[in-house]
Amino acid sequence: MVPRSRAELRFPAGKAGLLAAMAMLASGCNRGILDPVGPVGQAEKTILINSTAIMLAIVIPTMIATLAIAWWFRRSNSKATYLPDWEYSGAVEMVVWGIPLLTIMLLGGITWISSHELEPSKPLASTKPPLKVEVVSLDWKWLFIYPDQGIATVNQLVVPAETPVTYRLTSATVWNVFFVPQFGTMIYTMPRMTTRLNLQADRQGVYDGLSAHFSGDGFPGMQFKAQVLPADQFAMWAQGAHGQGGALDPTSYAELSKPSSYVKPMTYGAVAPGLFDAIVANRVAQFQLPQAAPPPEQAPAAPAGG
Amino acid sequence: MFGKLTWDAIPFDEPIPLITSLVVILGIVGIGIWVWRKGWFPALWHGYITSTDHKKIGIMYIVLALLMLVRGFADAIMMRIQQSMAIGASQGYLPPEHYNQIFSAHGTIMIFFVAMPFVIGFMNFVVPLQLGVRDVAFPTMNNVSFWLTASGALLVNVSLFVGEFARTGWLAFPPLSELEFSPGVGVDYYLVALQISGVGTVLTAVNFVTTILKTRAPGMSYLRMPVFCWTSLASNLIILAAFPVLTATLALLMLDRYLGFHFFTNDGGGNSMLYMNLIWVWGHPEVYILVLPAFGIYSEVAATFSGKPLFGYRSMVFATMVICIVSLMVWLHHFFTMGAGANINAIFGIASMIIGIPTGVKIYNWLFTMYGGRVRFNVPMYYLIGFMLTFVGGGLTGVLLAIPPVDFVVHNSLFLVAHFHHVIIGGVVFAIMAGYTYWFPKAFGFTLDERLGKIIFWCWFIGFHLAFMPLYVLGFWGGTRRMQHINDPSWAPWLNVALFGAVIIGVGIVLTVVQLLYSIKTREQRRDITGDPWDGRTLEWLTLSPPPHYNFAVLPDVHGEEAYWIRKQTAIKEDKLIDEPDYKPIEMPIDTPTGIIVAFFASVCGFAVIWHIWWLAIVGLIGAFAIFVWYAWQDEHEHIIPVEEVRANARERRRIRMEHLHTISQST
Amino acid sequence: MTTVEAPAIGLTHGGSEDTGLGHRGPESKSIVVPYGFWLFVLSDMVLFSALFATYASLSHATDGGPTSGELFDRTLVAIETMALLLSSFTCGLAMITAKRGNMIWTLGWLVVTGLLGLVFLSIELYEFATMIGEGAGPQRSAFLSSFFTLVGCHGAHVTCGLLWIGTMMAQVWTKGFREHIMRRLLCLSVFWHALDIIWVAIFTIVYLIGTLP
Repeated sequence: MVPRSRAELRFPAGKAGLLAAMAMLASGCNRGILDPVGPVGQAEKTILINSTAIMLAIVIPTMIATLAIAWWFRRSNSKATYLPDWEYSGAVEMVVWGIPLLTIMLLGGITWISSHELEPSKPLASTKPPLKVEVVSLDWKWLFIYPDQGIATVNQLVVPAETPVTYRLTSATVWNVFFVPQFGTMIYTMPRMTTRLNLQADRQGVYDGLSAHFSGDGFPGMQFKAQVLPADQFAMWAQGAHGQGGALDPTSYAELSKPSSYVKPMTYGAVAPGLFDAIVANRVAQFQLPQAAPPPEQAPAAPAGG
Repeated sequence: MFGKLTWDAIPFDEPIPLITSLVVILGIVGIGIWVWRKGWFPALWHGYITSTDHKKIGIMYIVLALLMLVRGFADAIMMRIQQSMAIGASQGYLPPEHYNQIFSAHGTIMIFFVAMPFVIGFMNFVVPLQLGVRDVAFPTMNNVSFWLTASGALLVNVSLFVGEFARTGWLAFPPLSELEFSPGVGVDYYLVALQISGVGTVLTAVNFVTTILKTRAPGMSYLRMPVFCWTSLASNLIILAAFPVLTATLALLMLDRYLGFHFFTNDGGGNSMLYMNLIWVWGHPEVYILVLPAFGIYSEVAATFSGKPLFGYRSMVFATMVICIVSLMVWLHHFFTMGAGANINAIFGIASMIIGIPTGVKIYNWLFTMYGGRVRFNVPMYYLIGFMLTFVGGGLTGVLLAIPPVDFVVHNSLFLVAHFHHVIIGGVVFAIMAGYTYWFPKAFGFTLDERLGKIIFWCWFIGFHLAFMPLYVLGFWGGTRRMQHINDPSWAPWLNVALFGAVIIGVGIVLTVVQLLYSIKTREQRRDITGDPWDGRTLEWLTLSPPPHYNFAVLPDVHGEEAYWIRKQTAIKEDKLIDEPDYKPIEMPIDTPTGIIVAFFASVCGFAVIWHIWWLAIVGLIGAFAIFVWYAWQDEHEHIIPVEEVRANARERRRIRMEHLHTISQST
Repeated sequence: MTTVEAPAIGLTHGGSEDTGLGHRGPESKSIVVPYGFWLFVLSDMVLFSALFATYASLSHATDGGPTSGELFDRTLVAIETMALLLSSFTCGLAMITAKRGNMIWTLGWLVVTGLLGLVFLSIELYEFATMIGEGAGPQRSAFLSSFFTLVGCHGAHVTCGLLWIGTMMAQVWTKGFREHIMRRLLCLSVFWHALDIIWVAIFTIVYLIGTLP
């Protein structure tokens, strides 16, 4: 009787554990990249799930076959036939080369098509003109410049819903990766270089954004919020922000560039056109705000590389 | 006088590294005194440290790897504890400057000083035996290679006590690793240690490619070589093609840091994308350097414990060589998110997937090796089956990462961390544990405890899944790697499961030590007298356990793919061994302290370069050159083993074999 | 030529002449050692190819500094190249005389080889010094960093070669033309010729293409 009572004891515990695991898995499946809010993320999720399904169709039978064959041909099984010299079969060889080959051909096709469709620099099809955002990674915070609105934000990305957004990205220090998991595609920000990214968010809300490439001691604090507002509310926000708070000029930029982490979101009500390109060229120190004319006695800004 | 080195370099105010270092130093001193008092030092010096015997060098590599595994695992468990603690308001117990050193050291140590020495150790021990020869092509250089690897490992561990280690991740991407952003000596430790051990690795590859292509037993044509030799050949060819690129890349970064060059800097026209390309031109093939010999081990295990020849031998060889070549052409998949354009991304993505084809073939060939066999469930077979179940999953997530649009959302994430541990633990570590159990009796003449071995397997198998499956989930949530602090409290349950899994793996590692000690204690009950404890099929099982220095009294004649199996079956059928051959004296390489002296000077020079103590660096270089010339001046590099000794040993072996043969004939 | 060579270390004796399916047992040491050295030289060439790739991708990253067309002097490089090519020829002569067992001529040709190497190296150092003097040192731009590294790495190899030639001459002098000395001489000449091949690539890619109008 002892084994049975043990089994009875163990069974509910196992069941509870299983239920807990199921609950955890269920909670794990509707977040982040599995809960996209825009067309890019949606397409990527579809490819992820389809490719997984295609491969599971082969992987699961292979796993079952491994266990079944190993068990059936165990030494103690006298019913299994022993084929001590069976080491080659043309038919089997064809199948074992054929299955992976066909799978990879299928997935290769998906790869080729989807790489072109979802190329980050490719503008998204939309009736609305895209919003321009310039992204700069600093030690250790994100600067978002809205060149057409003439404003800038730190650690807070605000975009209009159902509108494509064209990002130009660079870094003022070391490499980082700009990533809002629920938007889709991430991309490197690299000093002295510009990368391009096109994303769109359709569902309103506030989403987590982060740097996905280790960049030094303040790295874990390099996170931001991405807020998706209806188009009219976005316009109101941009107008409201304009003129509020300080201006982003070489002095305040120098202040902002100082290493800091876990920085609270803030807004600049004015930003000079061309600041992003000056950061890419590492010429912010010589950079002048066009509206503030230089004093007459001062020499003009030095040329490139000076 | 002492460059940048001051008393500040010793971490007096940081208890964790200080206490650890003191314990390690005391431990080394204690073991040293113990060995000295026991009078074992001469045996250690002549039997191992200065030995040119490929088997002894192989054992030293594996001992080094086991020691470094403990270090690397300590880093791992510290990271898991930190990530379980530092959630939300808590900052955990490790500040960023510590945590960042730990994950950098973990990656560096696990790849360069655990996985590589294990794999190279097995190649050292097994390849000459399987080829039916007496040593590698260049035995002294083999000893030098080992000690250079050990020198690199030493420098990485010295950084714990003197100064700091890199805080840049295991590949030290610039510009973060440039002087501007990493002014300390941490990156220098990383660079110098890897340069020294890298030289050792290239010399190993020269040695093994030459050994496999030019020195095989008579009759062993290419298509009669055991699969482990084929995979070792492929692995060493990749080392020859890839490691010089690593040397060049790290040298360029050193020039940037030491002499103000502008290869990867933000200013002066430097290009950090170039480093990314160069390092992965080495870094991706590195994965195959590790996993191909692992595939070789599985092939040996599958055939032996199924009691059948490997299914599809030629297909296996072909698949290995395809992987060897294609592995050099896929590096770009490590940075699809750099914006290289759709065509480039798609081409490299598809090239990466193509590697999945020969790998899939291998899985099926192991499957069909078991089919129709008489499978014995010894410990190595557990690892084989555990590997086949685990690795197909790791392969699946690998193919997902090779699809650029999928990589766009999981690149650099915990999904990636889970993936590469999936294939490295499931593929390489399981093979290492299988090989350790499989060849241990050949090395020491007694088997390891099976019961503990199976418990260790379950620790690795269950521990791995618990530790890394949660990371896949967190990767889907957008979780990225290398986080010293977690903002989102909802991650906690998953991180705790991962910590629990790491603890189970830790139990497995502790039990590995216990198993070793217990097996040594009970060795008399588990002696392998026949030299063939698993009913093996390849030539290493032909000789005694442990084999004599010269391996084979007479080089075996090879008449088929499974040289030893054919010989054994003939002997069983005819109930007699082959006729006693004509024994001759054997010429063998003598011991040499060259390796350890070169490594000593390399370590001194490396340490001096790290701390900018230039006079000492010059002394080290001159010392290394002097020992080189001294060695070149020696005339005696071999000694003769007299024919009487050879004959006596061989006759003893024949006697044991005859007895064994009679037991087999009676039982069948 | 018909003498039987001693087989490689640890592989002596007992190997039967049975050829099986195509292999006759371990090769002799006179095959194994140069073969291994060749592999090493190949790995060295891979290292150089990484440096060539670096140079190719940075050759226009002058950061406003001097360009290749402004810096390189074709005449000087031509003399340099002639010296190195000639040294390869004399190295070959040294090998021929060594095979004939002629001590004086072997040492003589080795000295000439070394001197020509020294000429090459001196011109290179002169070129480097001039460039640095003009403010075109390796710290000036990524292009110059890659130039100095690629050419300097070749120069460092030539320096090692000179050290080796000196050591070899001492060994030939004290030990005579023994079998293992001959093997080392062969490896030395392989090394020296390989440096020539790399130089031809440097000459073409760096100097010729770099000074195209």
